[in-house]
Amino acid sequence: MSKKSFRQAINEALRQEMRRDPTVVLMGEDVAGGQGGSSGVKDAWGGVLGVTKGLLTEFGESRVLDTPISEASYIGAAAGAAATGLRPVAELMFVDFVGCCLDQIMNQAAKFRYMFGGKARTPLVIRAMYGAGFNAAAQHSQALYPLFTHIPGLKVVVPSSPYEAKGLLIEAIRDDDPVIFLENKVMYDDVEEVPDEAYTIPFGEANLTREGDDVTIVAIGRMVGMANEAADRLAKQGISCTVLDPRTMFPLDEQTILECVEDTGRLVIVDESSPRCNMACDISALVAEQAFGALKAPIRRVVPPHTPVPFSTPLENLYMPNADKIEAAVKAVMMQKTREVA
Amino acid sequence: MTKILTALTMPKFGLAMTEGKLASWTLSPGDTVREGDEVADIETSKITSGYESPASGILRKQVAQAGETLPVGALLGVVADAEASDEEIDAFIASFKADTDEEGGEEAEAANAEPRVITVGEHSLNVRDVGRGDGAPVLLIHGFGGDLSNWMLNQDVLARYQRVIAFDLPGHGASSKDVGDGSVTVLAEAAYELLKALDIPKAHILGHSLGGAIALALLRDYPDAVLTLTLVAPAGMEREVNAESLREMVEADRTRDMQKALQVLVHDKSLVGRRMADNVLRVRRLDGAREALRTIEAACFANGQQSIDLRPVLDAARIPVTLFWGEADEVLPVAGAKNAPDHVVKHLLPQVGHMPQLEKTVEFNRLVEAFLEKAQVTA
Repeated sequence: MSKKSFRQAINEALRQEMRRDPTVVLMGEDVAGGQGGSSGVKDAWGGVLGVTKGLLTEFGESRVLDTPISEASYIGAAAGAAATGLRPVAELMFVDFVGCCLDQIMNQAAKFRYMFGGKARTPLVIRAMYGAGFNAAAQHSQALYPLFTHIPGLKVVVPSSPYEAKGLLIEAIRDDDPVIFLENKVMYDDVEEVPDEAYTIPFGEANLTREGDDVTIVAIGRMVGMANEAADRLAKQGISCTVLDPRTMFPLDEQTILECVEDTGRLVIVDESSPRCNMACDISALVAEQAFGALKAPIRRVVPPHTPVPFSTPLENLYMPNADKIEAAVKAVMMQKTREVA
Repeated sequence: MTKILTALTMPKFGLAMTEGKLASWTLSPGDTVREGDEVADIETSKITSGYESPASGILRKQVAQAGETLPVGALLGVVADAEASDEEIDAFIASFKADTDEEGGEEAEAANAEPRVITVGEHSLNVRDVGRGDGAPVLLIHGFGGDLSNWMLNQDVLARYQRVIAFDLPGHGASSKDVGDGSVTVLAEAAYELLKALDIPKAHILGHSLGGAIALALLRDYPDAVLTLTLVAPAGMEREVNAESLREMVEADRTRDMQKALQVLVHDKSLVGRRMADNVLRVRRLDGAREALRTIEAACFANGQQSIDLRPVLDAARIPVTLFWGEADEVLPVAGAKNAPDHVVKHLLPQVGHMPQLEKTVEFNRLVEAFLEKAQVTA
C-alpha cells in the first residue's frame, strides 16, 4: 500500500481492469492525445488532465481510442460496443458536454435493458469531470449528477477520495449496467493511502467518515472533505457530527441515511450542484417522508445559489459551499427547535 | 540514590493510530501503581483499551485530563517514587515537553514499526517485525479472516523484551492470496518459511484460533523450530464451530452486516464499531481475498464442523504450552479447553469471547510475559 493521488488511483483502476479483462477499452477526446495527428507524438496528453497517461503505451491503439470531437458519435459508439459485449470506458471530458450526447445516454444506453425485455446488458462506464472551484467558468464547472440521477436506468457514482475512486471505478467497470462516474476536477492531486491490489466498493452503501451524536451531515463528492473539516472543528466546540458520504446517487443508501437521522435528530445536506431538484432536495424529501418524527430541527441545505457558476474568483468562492458555511449550518440547526410537543 | 521518574505517554495501539483520547484515569494522583497495572483507559477510533503503567511507583501527576485527545507519544502523567519532590516532577515535565518538541524520535520509531511485504517462497507476506532483546523471538499467528492487527494491543508490549513478529497469513490482510489447498499444513509451511527468511531458527509461537491450529501443525511438521506454544482459543481441538459466523465474516459485504459478524468474536459487543467493520471490509474487497478464505474454510471447517484435528499433536507436545480461552467464546466453544493434557497451563477467562488478547489485554500480556520469562529461565 502506498499514497496515491486521485489521478493515480483512477489510472491504476483502469490499468488493472484492462490487464484483467481484454474487453475493457477506453475511448474519448485526447484520452491518449496525438493519435492520427501530424506531430508524430503518441500519448501526448493522456486525457486533458493526464488521468489516462501511459495506457496507450501499454495497451495500444486498438484499446485506447482517440476519438473525433463529436460526443454524439463516440458516446453512441460506446453504448453500441457495450451492447455487443465490450466493456467500454468512455470519457466525456467535462460533464457539461453531455448536452451533445444526451440522447445516446438517456434514451439508448439507459434503456437497452428495459426495451429489450431484460435480455440486453450495457456494461458501459462514462467518466467525466465535474465541479466548480477551478475558474473554468459556467460551461466547464457544473455538477450535473442530479441530471443523471433523474434518469432511470443509470447508476451514478461520485467518489470523495482516491481510495473511494479506485474501488468504485473498478466496481463500475465490472457492473453490467451503464454507470456515470463523475470526478471532481479540483481533487486530482488529493492524496491518500490506496492499496496496490485491485478491489471493489459496492454501489448503494454509504460510507460514514465521522460518527457523532448531534447532527448528521450528508455530503457528496468533494463536499465530504469539507464536511469532515467542519465536523473536526465542531468537535472541538462540543458538537459531534456524523458525516455520511452516499458514494452513489443511484442506487442511494436510504437505509443508512435514515438510521443516522434517527440517531442524531438533525440533518444538514451539502451538495455543490444547483439547488433546485438536486440531491439535497431528494434526500430532504426522503427524510421528511420517512423520519419526520426523529427530527429535532428543520433540515438545512448547504448549496450554491441558483445561478450559472461565475468565472470571477471572488464570486466563485462566494458561490461554493465550504467548511465555514457547513459549520454555520450545523450551529444553526443546533440552535433551532421544531415545535415544542406538549 | 537517583529518583526514577517515568513518563506515561499516549500509547500506539495499531498502525493507524496517530492520536488517542484519554477516556478516563483508573488511578488518582497519589495512588501506588505497579508496573503492568492499568492506569488509564485510552479510546481510539477503533477500540478502547487499558493503558498499563511501564513502571512501579506512585502516580504523582496527571498532566492530561480525561476527555482530552492527544497525539501518540504525548505526556499523560508521571509515575515516580515518594522521594521525588514536586519541583523535580515539574522540571521533568518541562524537560519532557522540550525533548519531544525537539526530536522526531517517536516518528522514527513509528516508521520502523510499519509492516513491509517480503517474498517468502511462493508467497508475498506482509510482516511487522519489532523489538529486540535477549529473549528468543516470538511469532504471532492470527486466526481465520484476521490479520496482523489482531495483535495490535500485544505486539509492542511483548516487544519490550524480545523481537516479536506478526504477519498476515497467505490469503489475509496485505499478503498474497494464493493459499494452495487451504490446509493448516500449507499455512504452517508458510510460517516456517517466514522464520527461515528472517533467519530465526527457533521461536516462541503464539497462535489465535485457526492460528493456534497452525502453530500446532508447525510443531508437528517442524518440531525444531518451536520453543514454546501459546494457544489462544485454538482450532482443531473439538468438532464444534460456529460455522455460520465464519461464513458471515467472509461473505458480509455491508458495514452493518460485517459489524454483526465481528461482534460474535467478542463478549463486550461495544468493542466493535463501524470503523472496525469498514477496515475488515477493505481487506475483504481486495481481489482474491474472499476466494482465499473460502478455500481455507472448505479445508478446515467443512460441513459446518471443524474438519481438522490437532489434539494428538497437543497431547504429544514435550515443550511448554499454555492455553487461553474465553468462557464466553461464541465461535469455538470453551469446551475445547476441557480435555487439554495436564502439562498445559490453562487460563480460562470469564466474560471474555473469542479474542482474549483484545478483550483482556492487560491480563493476557502479563500472563504471556510471565510464561515466556519462565520458559527462558528453564531453557
